[in-house]
Amino acid sequence: MSHATPMKRIYVFKRYERFWHWSQAVLVIVMLVTGFEIHGSYDKLGFERAVRLHALSAWTLLALWAFTIFWQFTTGEWRQYIPTANKLVAMARYYMFGIFVGAPHPYHVTARKKHNPLQRLAYLALLALVSPIIWGSGLLYLFYAYWGSLGLDRWLNLEQVAMAHTAGAFMMLVFVIAHVYLTTTGHTVFAHIKAMITGWDIVEDDDARPTDADQGPGASAQR
Amino acid sequence: MRNRAIHVLFAVSLLFAGASVAASAPGTASTADHSKFEELAGPFDSGEAVTRACLKCHTEASHQIMKTRHWTWDYINPDTGQHLGKKTMVNAFCIGDQSNEPFCQSCHIGYGWKDQHFDFSDGNKVDCLACHNTGGYAKPSGFAGNPVTVRSEYPPGSGKFVEPIDLAKIAQTVGRTRRDTCGACHYNGGGGDGVKHGDLDSSLNTATHALDVHMDKDGLNFSCSDCHVSDQHAVAGSRISVTAADPHRALLRGEKTARNPATCQACHGDKPHKENLLAAERLNAHTDTLACQSCHIPAFARGGVPTKMAWDWSQAGQLTAEGKPFQKKDDHGHVIYDSKKGAFVLGKDVTPAYQWFNGKVTYTLQDDKIDPSTRVPINVFHGEPGAADARIWPVKVFHGRQPYDTERNTLLVPSVGVPNDSAFWYNFDWAKALAAGAEATGAPYSGKYGFVDTQMLWPITHMVAPKDKAVGCHECHTNGGRLAGIDGVYIPGRDHNPWLDRLGWLAALAALLGVTLHAIARVITHLRKED
Repeated sequence: MSHATPMKRIYVFKRYERFWHWSQAVLVIVMLVTGFEIHGSYDKLGFERAVRLHALSAWTLLALWAFTIFWQFTTGEWRQYIPTANKLVAMARYYMFGIFVGAPHPYHVTARKKHNPLQRLAYLALLALVSPIIWGSGLLYLFYAYWGSLGLDRWLNLEQVAMAHTAGAFMMLVFVIAHVYLTTTGHTVFAHIKAMITGWDIVEDDDARPTDADQGPGASAQR
Repeated sequence: MRNRAIHVLFAVSLLFAGASVAASAPGTASTADHSKFEELAGPFDSGEAVTRACLKCHTEASHQIMKTRHWTWDYINPDTGQHLGKKTMVNAFCIGDQSNEPFCQSCHIGYGWKDQHFDFSDGNKVDCLACHNTGGYAKPSGFAGNPVTVRSEYPPGSGKFVEPIDLAKIAQTVGRTRRDTCGACHYNGGGGDGVKHGDLDSSLNTATHALDVHMDKDGLNFSCSDCHVSDQHAVAGSRISVTAADPHRALLRGEKTARNPATCQACHGDKPHKENLLAAERLNAHTDTLACQSCHIPAFARGGVPTKMAWDWSQAGQLTAEGKPFQKKDDHGHVIYDSKKGAFVLGKDVTPAYQWFNGKVTYTLQDDKIDPSTRVPINVFHGEPGAADARIWPVKVFHGRQPYDTERNTLLVPSVGVPNDSAFWYNFDWAKALAAGAEATGAPYSGKYGFVDTQMLWPITHMVAPKDKAVGCHECHTNGGRLAGIDGVYIPGRDHNPWLDRLGWLAALAALLGVTLHAIARVITHLRKED
């Protein structure tokens, strides 16, 4: 974040990606709010409306994911989530110490590598651990009426499924808290949020130094 | 102008067409006009004379009737082997029949059952009119189930007279059973309108759609027998051997089946809710654990007639300074104290209690030992929480306080209703009334009596509300809701694992605290740098 470093604008988040992110954000928040009402944590919308909204959001998110999975594979963007140990410790150290003393961000965003190694790990955990717990238990919960005909009622009871779903919800809640906070850790407090709205991020201009191959905005937009 | 006239004509003709369809709806019209039968010309001097005329054509009717509980008041429960039947059973309301037959048997479908010597094999004593009259028929209490054909003083010497009825006129207008004919007895169990069941009272005679969607007088207008289908005078449905779970599709017309035709599922099937695809059969999944009645009868005694929720016989017998019995009424004019009967608690629009029920019921009978230190269950509804053969049912929980033998620990039947020296209503002497009752029942009696708290359960199954008035999700899916005490089922919104919740909220709080501290540290270090 040293001001001496030359900065440039790059196009990081494409239109579909931003649409996906924000609609998913809304759906996740709606499902957290309605889910904890269904859980009995408070009484705001009324149980019946909460259930209806929760299920509708779930179906919508499933549809959104169907498109997103397609998008990830056709664009190759899925590679953004491959974990890497490179600079992982540096990132952790930055959030624990460097950020307080104005140390330079150890990771430089490019359109091809838009997530820092900690993000990659967090999103992968979300995808590989939290999502299966939530969706596995959530779909079982949703299709409870069919357990008998599928023979599932011999192996499962609603309490187990509800507990798994609640555990997943708490994990998601913790993720949302951390995720929203970490959006404020860009070069300005709202920089990351702005980037996710407009698609354009302001990053250190590595081109100003003689370094590796250029990733211009045009290149990423056309890919 | 002409066009409009045609429209009006068309509309009017439609109206008549509709009316004629309604008049000839299946089941309402008969091929016989009983007023044209010479056999029924009368006059009839007794009920038996009418029956003899009926049986000339309906040759098998009395034989069919005499096999049924409506006639025998005697019944072996097929589920438990227990010997039941109104003849000997004890309840927590009017307590028992024996020694009171001339009074109580006005609700027997026979003529002249005044003591244990009644001839149950005499077909001429079957009362056809009790069920098949279409108005004007009455069997006043005190006449052992006989209608009154000559002006009679009752009780003898009281100066009160019962007016006679014209049996010929009633016989000539017989028809199918109706709500009011069944209700004449089934509404009035326990000695008055709505007293016992809670979901059966005279308000159903003129039911609105809001009171009962099936009996709605302006809608389906079901008679009892539309569900309680009878074959050879045996009527389907029982509250002693209940079809508590019926996980089957709807019956087809004419289908040969051993299933009970009186269940909701017999017509609606066990998956009756039409929901959109996204709901994934959510409501239908409830039918594995809930009786239909649990949601669709949000409250009983909804027709304006109160039902008795409690009855304390121990307070009976208080007299005025002049030594006369008296009554006390509540603000609505309903009796809440009667010297003859004791004190009552009445209920209207009562939210039912709920419990698991598999249809099996056991009773505390006259010779069963009771434990007077706790509330004695007159009947017990069985059912394991969560069992496949049980459902969560709405029930009326009634509390009684009634006489028992303090040495033998058995329930006692008092003689109350027959005007004589031993009956409680005429001498207000428990010792005499209970001794006479015990003699009639044949049960041993120590001569020492007290009063014991009792409880009686009634399944709630009538007064089905319109679907938009069904019990809302939130009434059970919450803490302390309708199903607060129900085990054997996980109810989202009611149930949660306290450890998971603690851990989860702790994690969320830790995350919130962590980011807050991180943010504060960032702000402080940033401000320091500015300096």
